[in-house]
Amino acid sequence: MTARAPATRIEWRLATVVDALPETPSTRTLRLDVPGWPGHRAGQHVDVRLTAQDGYQAERSYSIASAPEDDKLALTVERLDDGEVSPYLTEELRAGDKLELRGPIGGYFVWDVPIGGPLFLVGGGSGIVPLMAMIRHRNSCLAAGDREARKKLPARLLYSSRGWDEVIYRDELAALAAKDPTLEVVHTLTRNPPDGWTGFHRRIDRAMLDEVAWPASDNPRVFVCGPTPLVEAVASTLVDPV
Amino acid sequence: MKKTTKQSRARSAAGDRPVDSLRLDGNAAAGMLREVFVPDLTAGRAKCAGCGTTRSIGALHVYSHGMGMVVRCPACDGVVLRVARTPTRVWLDARGAISIVISGEN
Repeated sequence: MTARAPATRIEWRLATVVDALPETPSTRTLRLDVPGWPGHRAGQHVDVRLTAQDGYQAERSYSIASAPEDDKLALTVERLDDGEVSPYLTEELRAGDKLELRGPIGGYFVWDVPIGGPLFLVGGGSGIVPLMAMIRHRNSCLAAGDREARKKLPARLLYSSRGWDEVIYRDELAALAAKDPTLEVVHTLTRNPPDGWTGFHRRIDRAMLDEVAWPASDNPRVFVCGPTPLVEAVASTLVDPV
Repeated sequence: MKKTTKQSRARSAAGDRPVDSLRLDGNAAAGMLREVFVPDLTAGRAKCAGCGTTRSIGALHVYSHGMGMVVRCPACDGVVLRVARTPTRVWLDARGAISIVISGEN
């Protein structure tokens, strides 16, 4: 596990883009070299700042997609056509370009292996990104052959996307679940399921959560991330927030 | 109502949405709060001066605007914190919180 960095005043850093990889038609992962990066915990985010030639600045928060154990910091960014920042990040930015960011930020929405499980993750759209950092962190920390360690810390992801082509990390999630019986990935598609789709085909609702979530007696750790309406609906159905 | 757990943590994914009048949660205020405080405040707990409810700051509601953020209590909608940034200063108004408790660990 990466040692937690001591708290220091937050500062802007100049990252360099190592590469930019498409995930879906509207999302891209930026892998970054960040000089002096103090390390992060799964679930944290960074603020990204763009400065125009006339000095106008726009700041947005983006979740960290990489595990703390990964060698590069990765952000997965969804393009919103009327956004001020994401079209640049998803279409213009190239390997070797510089990007101003600060972080890691947030101590509330974080999970690491010592916190324990079962781990129940609920994501909608690009809300998968910080949950993916948790899944990758779990996978990095628990040795592949150590079935006992994985059984003690099972993980389940319920992931809502509009269509199958819009499922971020689709192949990686399938590969991780295929080799790890203690990681379950359940998709629901809200708009355009492919022909022959037999999975859920609706928004996440109480019946779906009753079917997929662990009972309270198992004391699961639950993390929900996505658009505000989804987050509030799921959180109010599942839990009293702590 | 069936509750599955009391260990849930939630976060809105704002991405590149226009921030005016956008309701998020306390995690969205984390970066700006780090300009004022060295420790992360979002895992800390604030007691609302309006209704006395205590919640993690990450679980409060945040209304973000160009210059700053208004952090409200999800129970009574009262203002708990206001943070604003001018070109030269960061303003924090915390009179809506009776107390803010943060971890004393590093």
